[in-house]
Parts: sequence; C-alpha cells; structure tokens
Amino acid sequence: MSSEEEKGLTSRADEFLQMFKKGAEFTQELMKENERLRYRILQLEGELQGNDITVAMAEENRLLAARIEELEQEKEEILRRIRQIETENNDFATRYVEIEEENNNLANLYIASYQLHSTLDFREVLQIITEIIINLIGAEEFAVMLLDEKTGFLGAVAAEGIALEELQKVRLGEGLIGTIASTGENFFAEDPEGYVRDLLSPMVCIPLKIKDHVIGVIVIYKLLLQKRSFAPVDFELFTLLAGHAATAIFSAKIYADSERRLSTMQGFINLLTR
Amino acid sequence: MADKRILIVEDSPTMRQLIAYSLKRLSGVSIVEAGDGVEALKKMATETVDLILTDINMPIMDGLKLVSLVRGDARLRNIPIAIITTEGAAEDRERALALGANDYIVKPIQSGRVLAVARELLGIS
Repeated sequence: MSSEEEKGLTSRADEFLQMFKKGAEFTQELMKENERLRYRILQLEGELQGNDITVAMAEENRLLAARIEELEQEKEEILRRIRQIETENNDFATRYVEIEEENNNLANLYIASYQLHSTLDFREVLQIITEIIINLIGAEEFAVMLLDEKTGFLGAVAAEGIALEELQKVRLGEGLIGTIASTGENFFAEDPEGYVRDLLSPMVCIPLKIKDHVIGVIVIYKLLLQKRSFAPVDFELFTLLAGHAATAIFSAKIYADSERRLSTMQGFINLLTR
Repeated sequence: MADKRILIVEDSPTMRQLIAYSLKRLSGVSIVEAGDGVEALKKMATETVDLILTDINMPIMDGLKLVSLVRGDARLRNIPIAIITTEGAAEDRERALALGANDYIVKPIQSGRVLAVARELLGIS
C-alpha cells in the first residue's frame, strides 16, 4: 500500500470516528430530551389531577354554602315560629286567666242570685243582700233604700256599719241619691280612696231596677280596708246583683202583702162564718 | 286517692255555698259545713277533716277561738287552717297566724285565691 492510499484510509477512519462521536452525542441529547419530556408529562398529569380535585372541592363548597344558607333560613323561620308560639301562649295564658276570672264571677253571681231567690221572706232577702254586698263586693258601710211610691221618698230598710236612724229619707229626684233613683243610672265616685263620707252623697249608688222601674237604691259609703278601688268586673257585678236583688225584694214584698191580705180576708171569713 | 275533707265554718249560708262551689273544682274533695265554731267542733268529733276554712266573725264561737281550741287539741292540732274574713288589717292577720292559722284570706272572696290556698294546704298539685 502506498503512503497516499494509507493517508486516505486514515483520513476516512477519522471522519467515520468523528461521525460516530457526533451520532453518540446526538443519541445522548435525544435521550436527555426524552427524559425531560417524560418528566414534564408526569408533571402536567399531576397538575391536571390537582385541578380536578380543586374543581370538585369548589363545587362541594358551593353546595355546602347553599345548604348553610338554607339551614340559616330554616333556623330563622323556626325562631320566628317559636316567638309567635310564645306570644300565642302568653295570649292564651292571659285569656285563660280572664276566662277563669269570668267563670268565678259567674259562679259567684249564680250562687248569689240563687240565694236571693231562695226565699220570699223580706227580712231574709235583705240579710242575703247584705251578705252579698259585704262578701262579694267588699263594702263595709252601706245601706239598702227602698222607694215608697205613695210618698215619693226613699227610706233605708237595711244598713251595715251605719245606724238606720242616721240615714235620712230622700225625696225622689233630689240630691245624688234621689237623682239616681229617678234616672236609673249607676253612680261611682271617681276617686274611691279620696272619698269623704257624706250620707247624702255616697261613694256608690246603684239603682234597684226591675226593667226600667226603680224600686230603690243600694248606697255604699265605705269599702273594706283591703278593697281600695273598684275592679272593672265590679261595675258589671253591681248591676247584675242589683237586678236580682230588686226582683227578690219585689217578690218578697208582694208575697208579704198577699199574705197579709190573705190573713185579713181569712179573718173576715172567720167573722162571717162564725 | 281517698277524699280530702274540707270543713267550711261560716255563719252565712251564701258564703258557705260560694266557698263550697269554688272548692268543688278540686277533684277528690268533699265538703263539710258548719255555721259557727261550736258546730265545727261537734262535726270534727265525729268526722275526719283534712282542712278547715273558717270565718272570724261568727255567733256563739268565733273563728279565732276555734283556731286556738283546734291547736290545743292533740287529735286535731295538725289540721291546717285558713281564715277567710273581712278583717283586712295587718294586726288581725298576725293575730290569726300567731294563734296557729296557716293562711289568711281576705274578703271580698276570690275563688282563685281560695282554691290556691286549699291546694297548698292539702298538698294537691
């Protein structure tokens, strides 16, 4: 082999070696790039998965917030309802007390009227009226005055805490008592605690009426120590009791008159038939 | 439950009826009535009583005398007693309580108060 040929062969071997080195370097680079891309793929896959969780959590949060809002509204509604029920309960309790009181008053009135109509004895009727005025109305000094239609004067027939003789006769239409007997309207002093006793001007004057016909009055001068003023129910009670008292007195008087007449007639008959 | 017996001592029949009517709203209660202290003691000699409700002002024997006699009697001394009266002064109340009354109710009569006192003294809820 000539030296020329030897040089050419060496040169090609160098070229081949260079090419091989470059090929090896290129392969190395490709492998590195491949590694880097794989790592990036893994990274992106991880990010993608993280995004899914975040989205799911956000959705869950939104649903929970909506539920909390719903429950808050429900709680508000329940609290409102509880307040309403509490108010209703208070109303019912108040109403119950009122009805209980009305029931008691009706029972008292029933018994009082039952007692008033249980006898035709005039004195007994007056005694029952007196007991009712003391025990149910709470008066300490009072009188029952009846109208004598022949003379037009009102005179006391029963009294408590005052002597009967102290009470003057009153002409119908005159003074407070006479006016009340004439008009048939109830009278109550505006300030019972400040009232000063005046036998012609009582603290309370209630006409004893049968329909519109006045047969007398109940006059009150002093209440019991513990009864300082009138309760709203007293005004009704007074009127209702006065109505029953009036019919009881009227019936007893008619009965007493008829008994007297019967006795007189019996006397005549006995005289005639003797 | 056995009947609780309440003795009402009051000279006014109207008041006795009013008090009895109020007490009838208590279940398991029966009423015994007396017109004065002497009649009350006679009733208690033959009948068992769980509560006495008595007026003060009565003929023959008043309520305060009745209270002191009941408290002095070994057989009767534990019976609770409530006074129902028109006497509203503080000294009247103190006198009655000092004699041994358990409670003091003033007139005009209020059924609710009578019922509440009876319930309390009889231990009825």
